[in-house]
Amino acid sequence: MAEHATAVAEDESLPPATAHQFDDAIQQHDASGLGMWVFLLTEILFFGGLFTIYTVYRSLYPDAFGHASSTLDITLGTINTAVLIGSSLTMALAVHMAQVSRNGKLVAFFLCATIVLGSVFLGIKAIEYAQKFHEHHVPGPGFHYEGVDPPQAELFFCLYFLMTGLHAIHMVIGVGILSVLVVMSLRGRFGPDYYTPVELTGLYWHFVDIVWIFLFPLLYLVERHS
Amino acid sequence: MSRHDHVVPLPVYFAIFTALLVLTAVTASIAYVDLGRLNVFVALTIAIVKASLVLLYFMHLRYSSRLTLLMVGIAFFWLAVMIVLTMGDVVSRGWFGG
Repeated sequence: MAEHATAVAEDESLPPATAHQFDDAIQQHDASGLGMWVFLLTEILFFGGLFTIYTVYRSLYPDAFGHASSTLDITLGTINTAVLIGSSLTMALAVHMAQVSRNGKLVAFFLCATIVLGSVFLGIKAIEYAQKFHEHHVPGPGFHYEGVDPPQAELFFCLYFLMTGLHAIHMVIGVGILSVLVVMSLRGRFGPDYYTPVELTGLYWHFVDIVWIFLFPLLYLVERHS
Repeated sequence: MSRHDHVVPLPVYFAIFTALLVLTAVTASIAYVDLGRLNVFVALTIAIVKASLVLLYFMHLRYSSRLTLLMVGIAFFWLAVMIVLTMGDVVSRGWFGG
């Protein structure tokens, strides 16, 4: 107990570190935020390349894309969308708690909730991938497809695996960063005067959520009505 | 910093969360209604609304500096350039309707 009290006292006595190139902590915080947005800008264009390819091939082969899309499991896709939105909420709550309180355990709780929901998303994604392997819908020598225009459908599945795969890699990286933040928040590193890492990780996590918000209708909902 | 950053009230987060779930249900249901060419349009409009809600409230863009807004504007501007110019090339090659 005494040990714990000393640790807290030490942490509170330390001013938030300001690197020498900044005038003050506020300027440092703003610069970090801007840097993160510039990184997200490159990420938007990174994913944007795949979205461009998707737009080209869907406009060329609308029927094949429609039929191939309907082989995806819409129930799992919708559940996953809801799970990811939930993880964005818990992430936003983690940032909020770091902004208003010194309770590291509270921040850690919401970060852990985000990790759990992110892992549930990846687990459901793994089930969907396993189904696709089972149905031989994975592009390559083993590809077998009974529906309309198999070669064009194979293109759709190529894009499906590339886009959801790149998205899933981002989620795995996000879970890794969140795990580090859990440890940091339990050590009392964050509070109203310093929460930049939590905030920037939040931006990253919400960005990944936005990518999925577009992937869901483009991959799962192409032609459900016919 | 707390002196500088806007702290979004918790009810706002829960309202946005609910709106996002409702919009997800709407977009998944409306996909089963045959609207012809409008289906893509409706699906993308709902996605853009959802993305805007996340950007504005979860990512605090509504309370951000103009410099940050400029960054986001640039990102979507170049994304539009990439897609529009590429499609301009594709549609002008006579690949459609033989």
